[in-house]
Parts: sequence; C-alpha cells; structure tokens
Amino acid sequence: MNPQEYIELVFTDYTLRTITIGTAVLGAICGMLGSFAVLRKQSLLGDAISHAALPGIAIAFLIIKTKNSSAFLLGALISGLIGTFWIRGIIKKTHLKSDTALGLILSLFFGFGMLLLTYIQKMPNANQAGLESYLFGQAATLLESDVWLMVIVTGISLIVLLLFWKELKLLLFDPDYTKTLGFNTKFLDILITSFIVVAIVLGLQTVGVVLMSAMLLAPAAAARQWTNNLAVMVILAAIFGAFSGILGTAISASQNNLSTGPVIVLVAAVFVVFSFLFSPGRGLLFREIRFRKNRNDLQLHKTLSFMYNIAKTHEDISHPHAIRILNNFQGFTRKSLQKLEDKDFVKIQGTMWSMTTKGYHAAANLYNQLLKQEDE
Amino acid sequence: MTSKEKIAVQIDDLTVAYNYKPVLWDIDLAIPEGVLMAIVGPNGAGKSTLIKSILDIIKPIAGSIQIYGKAYKTQRSLVAYVPQKGSVDWDFPTTALDVVMMGTYGSLGWIKRPGQKQKKAALEALEKVGMLAFKNRQISQLSGGQQQRIFLARALVQNASIYFMDEPFQGVDATTEKAIINILKELRKAGKTVIVVHHDLQTVPEYFDWVTFLNVKKIATGPVKDIFNDDNLTKTYGINYKVAVSQ
Repeated sequence: MNPQEYIELVFTDYTLRTITIGTAVLGAICGMLGSFAVLRKQSLLGDAISHAALPGIAIAFLIIKTKNSSAFLLGALISGLIGTFWIRGIIKKTHLKSDTALGLILSLFFGFGMLLLTYIQKMPNANQAGLESYLFGQAATLLESDVWLMVIVTGISLIVLLLFWKELKLLLFDPDYTKTLGFNTKFLDILITSFIVVAIVLGLQTVGVVLMSAMLLAPAAAARQWTNNLAVMVILAAIFGAFSGILGTAISASQNNLSTGPVIVLVAAVFVVFSFLFSPGRGLLFREIRFRKNRNDLQLHKTLSFMYNIAKTHEDISHPHAIRILNNFQGFTRKSLQKLEDKDFVKIQGTMWSMTTKGYHAAANLYNQLLKQEDE
Repeated sequence: MTSKEKIAVQIDDLTVAYNYKPVLWDIDLAIPEGVLMAIVGPNGAGKSTLIKSILDIIKPIAGSIQIYGKAYKTQRSLVAYVPQKGSVDWDFPTTALDVVMMGTYGSLGWIKRPGQKQKKAALEALEKVGMLAFKNRQISQLSGGQQQRIFLARALVQNASIYFMDEPFQGVDATTEKAIINILKELRKAGKTVIVVHHDLQTVPEYFDWVTFLNVKKIATGPVKDIFNDDNLTKTYGINYKVAVSQ
C-alpha cells in the first residue's frame, strides 16, 4: 500500500479514521501536558500514575463483571489519583526522596493490579478476555465516543493552559517566588497534576499501562531540543505527539501483527533521537560542529597574533619572513596558513610570508573583537 | 536614615523546625524602616529559613510576623524577594526579559496577562541592573553574575517597600558585586528597607548599616557601628573570631 492509498483509506475507512484521529489527539494532549511534567522534573510521575491505574481497571471489572471502557476509565482515574496523592503524601510526611516514593507506589499498585488480573482470568466468566490488553494497549478497540472524550478533555486542558499560562509558567520556573507573589501554588500544582493524570488515563486503552509514560515524555523531550521558548515547546510537543500517533497508526495498520501502542511509542522515540542529534541549538551534531569551528578559529587567531608580534617589530609591516620561523610555534599548519591567505591577511611567496595591512589591523584588534563578541 | 522609630518587620517568638530539629529558636526581631541590613551567621544558622518564614514559604511552628503592623498575607505587595540563584533551573526555556516580567505578575493577579506597561517596567529594571542588552538572551546562556542581576531586576519591578535577598553576592564577580551593592544603597536612599543574607564578614561594615547575628537563636541586632564586634562574632560563630573590624 503506498502512502496515497493509505491516506485515501484513512478518509474512507471508519475504523481506521477513528483510530488515527484518536491516537493523534492523544499524542497532542500528552505532548502538551508532558512538557509540564518534564520541566517540573516529574518525568517518573507519569510512569507511576499509569501503573497505579491498573488496579482501578481490574476493580472496575470485578464490580460490573463486564467490559465497559467508561467504567474502566473511571476506575483507572480513581486509582491513578489515589496513587498520585499517596506519592505526594509520602514525600511530604516522611524523609523518603521522591524517586523512592514513586518507585514504591508504582510497584505496589502495579503488583496489586497484576494480582487482580490473574485472579480475573481464572474466573468462570467469558467477558474477561482482552482485559490484559490494557497492559500494552489496543488501539483497535477505540470507539468514536472514546475519541470524542479525548477531544473534549484536550479542549478543556487547552482552555485551562491558556487561562493560567502565566501562573503555570511561574510555578514551573520558581515555585517559592510564585508563593510570595500571592498565588496559590497548591491549587496550581493540583490543577496541572490532575490534568496529567487524566491524559494518562485516557491513553491507557490505546498505549497501555507499561508504555504510557513514554507518550508523555518523548514528545516533550524532543520539543525541548528545538526551542528556548516555553509556548513554542508546548506547541511543538503537541505536534510531535500528534504525528507520533498518526505515523504509528499508519505503520501498524499497513503491516500485519504490529501492535499500535508500541509502534506509536517507537515513532515518538525516533523524534527524540532525531532531535537530540540534529536540533540546531542543542543537538549533538551542531554542537560538535560549533566546537570544531571554534577550535579552528582559535588556532587561526593564535597563528595570526604570533605573526603580528613578529611583524610589529619591523618598520614595514609587510616585510617578508621565512615560513620556517613559524615552525617553532605549536599549532601552525599549511592549512591554517592557506586560510589566512584566503582571508587576505597574509601573502605567501615561496617559502616566505608577509603580513598585509588588513591582516595587521585584524590582528591588532583581535583581542577587542573577542570582547565585542562576548558582549553581543 | 529617616524615622528610625517606624518598624518595617516585626517578628515575635518565631520558632521553626524541620523534623523536630529546631532551625530557628524563639526569635524576636524588629527591623526598622529604611535600613540596609545583613543577616550573618554560620552555615545552618537558619538565615535563609528566617527569610522564608517571613515570606510564608515555610510554616513556622510558633510565632507571629508582621509587616508594617499587619499580617504578611495582606501586605504582600509591599514585599519583594530575591531567592538564592541556585534555587531554580536556569535551563528553563525562557528569556531574561521574561524572567524580569515575572516580577509584575503579583500586581496583575490571576489570569490577567502582562501588557505594554509591564514590559516597560521590566525593561527599565533591566536597564537599572545593566542588563538591557541581554534582554532576549536565553537565561542558560547568562553568566552567574548576570543571572543574579536578572533576579535583582525581577524584584525591582515589584516596586516594593521591603526587599529580602538570599545571598545575592554568592558566586558573582567583583564588578557585579559592586553593581549590586550600589543598587541596594540606592534602594535605601529611596527609603526602602533591604534585608540581605550575607556571608562575607569582611564587607559588612562597608556595605551595611544594620546587622543581625543569627545562629538558631538571635545573638544580636542593631547598627553595624555599635554591635559588629569580636564579641558578637565569637558568640555567633563559636570560635574566637578576630575579624577585620579594622576601623
């Protein structure tokens, strides 16, 4: 199937369209809210919340004895919130560090959830089949109503983010200062954390308990690489998340036996790797290029200032000198000499070099120039 | 100094503890209006905690704090805070101007966005600390001294009456230190009260006119010329302190 056929299929096939829109919206909301989790250094919180949601799903099933995604959502939401507040409580009331609290709650809730799942599977009830799909997610089970719910939640969280943008930015950057300005940081904290919990719970059906936190973190981590502006970062993270959903769905739909959730997460991971390598400001590639360029520039400056010190002892600054005398100086190469000639700073004639007036002035101002660059 | 009788900050019986270990013990302190005051004491003496308790960032177990005779909660607009530079992540995606703008958020209140007026105030503050040229710089690309100036500018924008600063001279070069102290002295000249957690005992007589010695308990408080002496230093730092109170 070529891409064009696939796109046509998305518009004609009801199920595929539902899944595509669903995963795109999910990716967008996760990217958006994930930015806040990443900047608050709460990356692990997402993982803990998604694992903490599992027993809620199992208990919801035990109560209603049938598969109903709305009931599961509610169960997941309740146990996810309980997990979150326990984590906060442990951090606040004991001497334990946050990573310990997160790990503790994560394994406790997940272990309890798995226990309930195995118990449910042994029950004489035909309805339990497929409950374990919440572990790794099953996008194919997405219904139009699920997608609508995601759209509504995304809309609400967008409105909240826009309304409290200033306050949330302040909270992310400097919580203590936020408090002194008279803002209720507890309210802001609960607000943003609750939305993160809701986004995670919405994604469980599609991406699953185990991989959900990647949906939250990967688009945000990728977006951070491309910008130094919070608003741009949040928008970019939403776009990366949405494209992870769309591309992941496309890849898994056009291949047999590729589960959608893991493919979406892998696509998001590709965004991360690409961003870490190739983003212009913070990417490894450009950092290496800048590093080398700086080193070469410095080399050139060294050679030039050495020449300058020789040239200035002569009345005629363009008096020729033997190239060989430069050999005593570490760091001079044929290439750097050539570069200086290209810049019209020196003239090379056979085994002799001479400084041009332009080169002389450039060398004299080298130190000042460096200062100026610093100040820019 | 104007009207020494007027008390800017009044602290009574303040006790703060972390996990049953007292950090501040029964502090009584009256800070007169218009002083430039240093809080000195060894590490762990509770200097930062004192400021944070006054600002309601830390909840004390006992005691009362009044700003111009009223509870802090109703007097927030009179108070500005410069936290320790290391208390935030400077890799946060924002610019110098944006950080300084944050100083206007308190007067804006909930939801309302900053506009031209706030931007103008922020630019003026940046100019005052000599950082106007860096307004669009990503904050991680500023030096330690520049970051400290940005924090100072953010507090200046608040246009408060009382300024609390937590180690504003930490990790800054001599030029920045001079620039900062000049701004602090200007604030005092304008009748503001400035309270600074300070580490460098050598510069206390030169920079400040009021000093509080703190080591869990309050050791002494008063004009530098009267109480900044070996006796109080020894009481505060425990060892026999022959500091260069040379003049």
